[in-house]
Amino acid sequence: MSQILIRFLIGGAVVSVFAVLGDLLKPKSFAGLFGAAPSVALATLGLTAASEGASYAATEARSMVAGAVAFFAYASFVSWVMMNYKLKALSVTICSIPLWLGVAFGLWHLWLK
Amino acid sequence: MMQIKVDLSVLGQTKWYEYAIRFLFGGIITGVAGLIAQRFGPGIGGLFLAFPAIFPASATLIEKHERQKKEKEGLQGTQRGREAASIDTAGSAMGSIGLSVFALLVWQFLPRHSTWIVLTAATAAWLSVSVLIWHIRKQA
Repeated sequence: MSQILIRFLIGGAVVSVFAVLGDLLKPKSFAGLFGAAPSVALATLGLTAASEGASYAATEARSMVAGAVAFFAYASFVSWVMMNYKLKALSVTICSIPLWLGVAFGLWHLWLK
Repeated sequence: MMQIKVDLSVLGQTKWYEYAIRFLFGGIITGVAGLIAQRFGPGIGGLFLAFPAIFPASATLIEKHERQKKEKEGLQGTQRGREAASIDTAGSAMGSIGLSVFALLVWQFLPRHSTWIVLTAATAAWLSVSVLIWHIRKQA
């Protein structure tokens, strides 16, 4: 339980730091780079390597490659939809989450399983 | 060439609960990624290290701030808000290519080198690759 609480606190802090960095920068397209910062990975991999070993953390990183490709598909799709259709950011970003899940698990199934 | 600027006035625009929401989502996905790895193994858990956890909150925040800025000037800000969120999201798509490079480097080098050196170098690679792609895209 304490391990999860530590992850929660470190994860929240690292994600917030990158999010604030993104807020401060202009132009918007450059600030957007920080929306894909490795914040959750930085909060997780160090703790995982210390508790479970480097090989275990490396296996997580291997799957993260698939997650990052899925992130690319997700962010590209969300950007295109918001530019071309009059839809709110919240609904587009939430309704597109299944796309991330589909690409991530699809790649995992085809390539990593 | 387009200039990169730091705009500190944004800090005042953002409400405390908007910071709290992102902290909460960031913390939750980090905790959940750990739980998923424990339950289903690192192969599945690792996917969630690149989950767009705070994306909905960030895009909504950008849309809202941009809309409010235009409305203060007496203009209709809805369309501008959407465009700003879309442009920011396109930047994130470029950043996700850097994120893939980060993951590749950690996967390849973590078993044989110091964790902190690998994570620091991979973060530098994420930033360098992302900025390079952004720069190439701007030139095109």
